Amino acid sequence: MAVIEVERKPLTLAERTYIPQILSGLKTTWKHLVAPTVTMKYPEERPPIPPGYRGVPTLVKDPNGREKCVSCQLCEFVCPPKAIRITPGEIPPDSEYAHVEKAPQEFEIDMLRCIYCGLCQEVCPEEAIWLQTQYSTSGYTRAEMVNNKKKLYELGGTLPDQHFKWDKKKAAEEHGNVH
Amino acid sequence: MDFFFNLPLWVQISLKGLAAIAVIFPIAGACSLAERKVSAWIQGRPGPSRALPFWIAWVPVIAPIMQKLGLFHLMADGGKLLFKEDPIPGHVNKFYFVLAPIVAVIPALTTIVFVPFGGYIDQAGQIIPLILANLDIGLLGVFAISSLGVYSLILAGWASNSKYPFLGGVRASAQLISYELSMTLSVLPVFLWINAPGQPGTLSLAKVVEFQSQPGFWGGAWFVFLMPISAFVFLVALFAETNRQPFDMPESEADLVGGFHTEYGSFKWSLFFVAEYAHMTVGSGIFVLLFLGGWNPLPWVPLEMVVGWLSGLGAWATHPAFVGVLSVLIFLAKVLFFIFFFMWVRWTLPRFRYDQVMKIGWQKLLPLAIANVIVYAIAIAFID
Repeated sequence: MAVIEVERKPLTLAERTYIPQILSGLKTTWKHLVAPTVTMKYPEERPPIPPGYRGVPTLVKDPNGREKCVSCQLCEFVCPPKAIRITPGEIPPDSEYAHVEKAPQEFEIDMLRCIYCGLCQEVCPEEAIWLQTQYSTSGYTRAEMVNNKKKLYELGGTLPDQHFKWDKKKAAEEHGNVH
Repeated sequence: MDFFFNLPLWVQISLKGLAAIAVIFPIAGACSLAERKVSAWIQGRPGPSRALPFWIAWVPVIAPIMQKLGLFHLMADGGKLLFKEDPIPGHVNKFYFVLAPIVAVIPALTTIVFVPFGGYIDQAGQIIPLILANLDIGLLGVFAISSLGVYSLILAGWASNSKYPFLGGVRASAQLISYELSMTLSVLPVFLWINAPGQPGTLSLAKVVEFQSQPGFWGGAWFVFLMPISAFVFLVALFAETNRQPFDMPESEADLVGGFHTEYGSFKWSLFFVAEYAHMTVGSGIFVLLFLGGWNPLPWVPLEMVVGWLSGLGAWATHPAFVGVLSVLIFLAKVLFFIFFFMWVRWTLPRFRYDQVMKIGWQKLLPLAIANVIVYAIAIAFID
């Protein structure tokens, strides 16, 4: 590659006095002074959350109010910082949802460990764990920063379901074709 | 009025002094708020705008505006600096450590006595300047006392017994001494011009303003038009003398932590700030008096002319109290603009390197000031 000689012009007298530069700088800062502010008054104004945002991981229920998690513990195994701790539990036989495999007895996500990577959401076969729009968590103690099952469902709420997998499975079972 | 003039002289003088301090101290405090606001606006932020005491929050329109302007942060800042713990580090020389902020504030507030901040017109049509001490040494007194301020920086730097404050103190002394020369030389042409040979001379700042309020094209021109180089050199030296950006070598957070006040906290630290802003206020005041016509509203429009126009509206327009307040307001408006200019420059220019500061001071500004004095001396000799 050819070497390109850049001509270095000596500074002119005006440039050496530095005054035109100062004046143009003052002009620039004046423009910023009269321009509207670009910051947001945070707690009162909130930024718009784009779709696909990875906020605090939450557990969701399906539109019928059934908890979707079946405590398969895939999220617990995939979680890189080991923030998720699941205690699996049985569903009582007299329950409306007795046909579902299992349900978590306790489900804890330690928000001091969570890195918001979203692997739990990606790995979940039941679409039960979602990283939603909440981005700000705070607490006075370490214990407060651990979201238990109740808190996770409070945060998660209900999301629309396109499959109703377990209802279909139950219907199929009743018609005698299991698979 | 009569009651005031019947008081003993020392009571009158102290009351006047306290009144001047009562104006300049809040201005210095308000400057710290203004600095936060101006920096915020230049950087596209709203700035401090949260504090709102409960006893004013119920006022409908005014309270939100005051809150948005951050006026209550002034009280919050002051209260915090006054009441928070004031630690004295174990390794300092306690006597000089405590002395330094006091030495900083005293000259800063003392210089105000030499600054005429307005004037009123007496029955004879003479303009009487409002000034605490109308001495003939005027500007010389300001220079003499304001340069004492450097001792506080040296004391603070030395008494802190730690390397960054020490370096800050050394830089401060070198810088202030370097720029004092150019500053003094830059105002010489002004006084050469107003003092005719063979008459009693004066360095009074009130006389300078009087000279800028004469009728006619040359009489009414402010000295910034007659002597732009002097004004420029004085302004640059003023920036250096008040340790403002781009000359804030003594502080330079990037390389000296906090400079000479690294070891200071709470109220003692705030005294250094009050001193810096008081220097800025007095410095801008002197610039306005010397080069921008003092309390005259516009070039070629002296105060007397405005009062003459207003006198048609009624007798109140020529009352000394009204004229006095008007002149003080005009003067303060110019000074406040200059304080804003200081801040505007601060958030525009980066800090010079230390060797650049010395080079500008000794190799550029000083020769320029000397050449300026010589040219004007010859010119004035020809004109007279």
